[in-house]
Parts: sequence; structure tokens; C-alpha cells
Amino acid sequence: MPIVVKRKPLNLLEKLYLPEIARGLAVTFRRMFEKKVTLEYPEQRPPIPEGYRGVPTLVRDPEGREKCVSCQLCEFVCPPKAIRITPGEIPEDDEHANVEKAPKEFDIDMLRCIYCGMCQEVCPEEAIWLQNQYSMSGYTRAEMVNDKAKLYELGGTLPDEHFKWKKKKEASRSAGDHH
Amino acid sequence: MAEEKRDDLITVNIDGQDLQVPPGTNMVDAVAMLGKEVPHYCYHPKLSVAGNCRMCLVELGMPGKDRATGEPMLNEDGTPKIMWMPGPAIACGTKAAPGMHIKTDSPKAIESRESVTEFLLVNHPLDCPICDQAGECKLQEFSASHGRGYSRFIEEKNVKPKRTRLGPRVTLDDERCILCSRCVRFCQEVADDDVLGFTDRGSYSTLTCFPGKELANNYSLNTVDICPVGALTSTDFRFKMRVWFLKETNSIDFESSVGCNTEVSSREGKLYRVTPRRNDEVNDTWMPDSGRELYKIVEAEDRLHAASIDGQKASATDALNAASELLKTGGVAVVGSGSSTVEEQFALKKIADRIGTKDVYLVARYGEDDGLLISKDRNPNVRGALATGLISALPAEQLGDLALKINAGEVKTVFAVREDLAAAGLTEEQLAKVQIVALGTHANSTTEKAKVVIAGLTQFEKSGTVINQQFRIQKFHKAIPGPAGAIDDLAALAAIEANLSDSEESVPSVIGTAWKRIAAEVPMLSELSFQSIPDTGTLLDGSAFDSLEFVEGKSLHFEPKLEGANAQ
Repeated sequence: MPIVVKRKPLNLLEKLYLPEIARGLAVTFRRMFEKKVTLEYPEQRPPIPEGYRGVPTLVRDPEGREKCVSCQLCEFVCPPKAIRITPGEIPEDDEHANVEKAPKEFDIDMLRCIYCGMCQEVCPEEAIWLQNQYSMSGYTRAEMVNDKAKLYELGGTLPDEHFKWKKKKEASRSAGDHH
Repeated sequence: MAEEKRDDLITVNIDGQDLQVPPGTNMVDAVAMLGKEVPHYCYHPKLSVAGNCRMCLVELGMPGKDRATGEPMLNEDGTPKIMWMPGPAIACGTKAAPGMHIKTDSPKAIESRESVTEFLLVNHPLDCPICDQAGECKLQEFSASHGRGYSRFIEEKNVKPKRTRLGPRVTLDDERCILCSRCVRFCQEVADDDVLGFTDRGSYSTLTCFPGKELANNYSLNTVDICPVGALTSTDFRFKMRVWFLKETNSIDFESSVGCNTEVSSREGKLYRVTPRRNDEVNDTWMPDSGRELYKIVEAEDRLHAASIDGQKASATDALNAASELLKTGGVAVVGSGSSTVEEQFALKKIADRIGTKDVYLVARYGEDDGLLISKDRNPNVRGALATGLISALPAEQLGDLALKINAGEVKTVFAVREDLAAAGLTEEQLAKVQIVALGTHANSTTEKAKVVIAGLTQFEKSGTVINQQFRIQKFHKAIPGPAGAIDDLAALAAIEANLSDSEESVPSVIGTAWKRIAAEVPMLSELSFQSIPDTGTLLDGSAFDSLEFVEGKSLHFEPKLEGANAQ
């Protein structure tokens, strides 16, 4: 049902015009001295609340180990199929050789990503996080694909509660690599 | 088994349901006949029963008999009284006996399973994210469906060797092993190469190779297939792709005339692995390692990606027209292939008929047979060429007759389908004397010298049928698309045949319709169609070729006919 908006006829004061101008300017001048509600974006950035779902990134643990083991669950769960992983093997002489597996390539197409956070939710290694970075731009489609180096640059280091792989390595060392 | 009409069937009762089974049926299989599943790890239908994983525990009872009189004990309503055993029994170690009752989902059976699962998980590492078996892991599946869902284990887990090389193709992770001994039994019973065993006791038990030996036999990767967990992994497939991304396509192993049934796994047009597919009449659940590497031919460096005329890249249509013109010139010999499909051989036979040549050859490839799943004849489909009438006698390894005819100038053009003429014994001068039309998948000395080259498809990129050593016709399906410049061999041959024919009638270029022609014209294949051939193949009557001396020796489900006749 259409709503009919009634227009009140102007009263005398309003018809005089100038008093209303003054009233409007009064509002303007009052706001000039109040606290600002807008930001000078992009020079000024808003504070990002905790749990914000920004650009998905890859993180390292406090000891610098890349946490992703390329299990490809995020690639599987990603609704717009933005993630593409090429798994690889960690060589046996590597410091983290006991993890055995790490991504060789890891691409997230930010033109496809819908920032849903399913990748973060599904990750069994807590390696992929949607952090506070929210503005991605580029001049080409290729520029909008974040590769592994870019993802680690964006992700940085996050605290780790478990150090699961480190504990495993220590357990095998203390047991002399056997039993 | 259940479908066969037998008069010695016995009745067992599974969860209150009566079921007729042949005597001696394993109870795991009997339950499977009802569409239910008893979870199991160590039991494998093609291996001996070990009964060590204890996962298949069920409640078991037999009809009671009065000890004094031997009379059956009856309930008040006249039904036999079932004497249930106090403890659970393993279904895999139990063979069906008349009147046997089992309960697969009673509280006791369920609790037994939960407890067994808990014990199996005690020392199992939580590394599903990096484990290749994840997604097809029995332990993963049964932990979800038959486990407690939480862990009470707070102690330290065992440490065992990881990333161990067992052989050239198999990598072992001992921490994941649940000691089911399937691999040990496979090596003893099927591969006949006893190299695996357990060392140490209790939870320290470790799978390993005997000192100084390694798991190197040509069937080693079957241990990876039957491993219910991720302990044994294929070194080639290791960390390549998670299995839930892979699409499976039924295929056939092309390496010999055994024709092992296989499954080809691909993702987005790229092949990742070849695994065996169960066919109790051909390969059971096994296949040779050598056949698993064949998928690499698809992306080989010498792969032909486009047709060419006189060495210049050309469109497939132009190449087909040029080939047809060359074949019209007369003095043409056709060299067919035992690795072509039945449909292609049929089309090639039609081409040979159109150009009226009697010079049709096939190149034989012989190797050593291993008595199991690789036969002496390394062509998968020589019998297809016989059935379609392309050849009437067994082929030779060398094209001696053709060489003589080229020397005498009788043959001026050779149409080589999927064969390298130089490898088949023709010399450089002989190849230079003739004009060659080559249809093939990979570059070789024949395609280098050919006037017209048509790029064809490998067995992974097309569908078709092949006839194996038992005269079993088996079909395989297209798993991935071929290179952009390549053309389906059947389509290519059909197009050439259409160019050569004066009438409207020509061989259909699509398998389904081609089979209508084949069924109408080939007596051995009448009443068949591509759709009607089951996934496990159909046995044909090969008695018309009984007089030929096939080279194959005995293999898994095959007895050579001639030797059998001589023995009698």
C-alpha cells in the first residue's frame, strides 16, 4: 500500500525565509565545534575491532615456522574457490623437517574472496587468519592474486598456544628418534 | 555369490534377519551382502584371515543342543534356543555355519568397537592434515562412526620412525601403522616376495623390511592401496593432491594383454594417480606398479600437441585431408596397432578395405611374463585386431614382409597407426623410400619422417574397448581432455574413411554409434553395445582363434589354452 506523505503548508515564520536560514546556520556552526564523526580516509584509518574479518593471510608461529602444512582444507571449503594451493614436501635437512609438508605455492584470488572466514574456521593448524587489513586494490587481475610471499608479508606472526610440532620434535629427540 | 543358484546354501541370522549364504562364507562378507558393514582393518577379501585388529567384534550365538540327548533346545514358542557366547567374537575369523546368529549392533558389539578404536588411537599421531590417506582412511572413517568422539589419553604417545624409505616407490610412516599386517600378508601371499615383517613387541611393534632387503617388487604399491591407514604411502603420489579433490574414472591398464581394471584419478584435467579396480575375474584388487606410471605419458615431453604436414604445423582437418589424398595414391600398406581400441581397429579395417590393400600389419611387442598380472604380450588389444578382422594371424615383432615390399617398390605409402616403424625393424633408407602417414600420440622417428602427422589421444583421453588375453572385452572411459591440437583416434580414422568412401555410408566417429556398425558386422561382437558391456567386462567366445598359438603364459586368472590342451 503506498504511503502518502503529507506536506504541511508553511507557516508565517517559514514563509519569511530569513529566520529559517539563521536556524540552519546555527546548526552548522554548532557542529563545527563538536567532535568530528568522519575520518580523513585514507590518511586516517578507523580502529579495527577484535575478530574483524579482513583479508585472509598466512601466519608464522613465534619461532618463525610457517604454520600452513598445505592440507588444502581451506581450498576445499572456500565457497568462491578463491584459494589455490600446490603442496610440497619439506626437505629432510630442514629445521622443520618433522612437519614434512608445506605449501609450495599458495594463491588467494582477492577478486573472488568473499571474506567469509570459512578458511580460518576450517584450518586445523591455525595458519590462515582473516586479519585487520581490509583494503586491497590493484591495476590488473594478476595483481589481485595474493601469492605465498605476499600472504606471509600480510600475515606476520601470531602467538601460538600449542607448539604442536615443536613438542613432537622434542618427544622424538628425547626418545632417540625411536620409541 | 548370493545371486548364484546353489542348493547347498545355509541360513544364518544377522541382526534378526535371515540370510542364505554359501557354506564357509566369511561373516564380514555375509553382513556386507545385507548392505550393512562390519568395520574392519586387517580383513581383506583377497588375503588370508589374520584377525589381529579386533575391529570386527560382533556377538555370536549358535542354536543350543541338549548335551545329554543331542536334541535341539527349543524356546517355549518352538523356535531354536540360541546360546550366545559370553564374549564377542571377530566376524572375519568366523565362517558361516547353519543356524549361526550374529548381532552387529548390540550394545556389547558397539562397546567392543569403541574400545578397540580407543586402543588403536592411543598411539596414532594426530597428523591427518599432512597425511595422504586422509579422506580415504579407514581409521579416520571408523573413528568418526565407531569411536567415542573424545580422548581419555593423557600420556605421551609412542615415537616411531617417520618418512622411511621402504623401497623405490613406497614410503613408510611407522607411527601411523595400526599393525593390521595386510601388507605383510600381501607380500607373502600375492607378490611372493617376503620382505616385510614386524620387529619388537606390544606397542613398540614396528613394521620394517628384513635386513638388507627392500620392498622393490613390481607389485609393491598394492601394499599402499590396502593399507587401511596412511602408514604406507606412494612416493610418487606423496603430497601431490588431497584425495577428495580427485575424480575417479574407470580405465584399463594398457601395459599388457592382462588388461587390469584400473581407476584413474584426475583433477581439472590433470592426472594424479592410477589405482586398481576390483575385478575378481581378471586382477582381483591388484595391479602392477609399472602400469601406475603410465599416466605420465600424457604430459611427456615428446607428446604430439598438433597435427603437421611436411613438418609444418597444420590443423587437424587439413592433416586428415592430406592423409586421405596420400592414401588414395595406391601402393599403400597399413600398420595397425595392438594398442588401438576395438573401435579404432574396426575403422582401420574399413580404411584398408576402402583402399583395397592386403598389406595390413600389426607390430607385436613381447616381454617377459611375471605369472601374475603382466603377460608376455605387451599389446593390450591384439585380440581386438583379430576379432575385427584387421589381421588374421598373430603379428610378428619385426615388419620383415613390409620391408621386402618397400625394397621391391610395391609399397609406396605407409599408414602407421600408433606404431614406430623404425622400432619395428624398418631402416632409414626404407623409411625414406615411402611416404608416411602417421597417427600417434608421441614423437618418434616415424613421425619425424612422416609427410602427414595426426596427433592422437592416449588411453586416458578417450573412451573405448579392448579385448584381453581371456577374450574378455573391457571398456575404459575418458578421464581428461586431450591437447587442443590432438584429435580422437576414432574420429580421425572415421574422417579418413569418410574421405575415401564414394558413398554416404562411413564409419561413425562416436563410440556409441560406431558400436551399432560393429555389432552388425563383426560376428564375435554381435549383440553387444558400448553401454551394455559391464564395468568388469564381458567374456567373448574366442574359440574361432583356438588354432592360433598365443604367447601368454599362466597368470592370475588365466590358463593358456594350448598348454592346457597339451597337458591333457
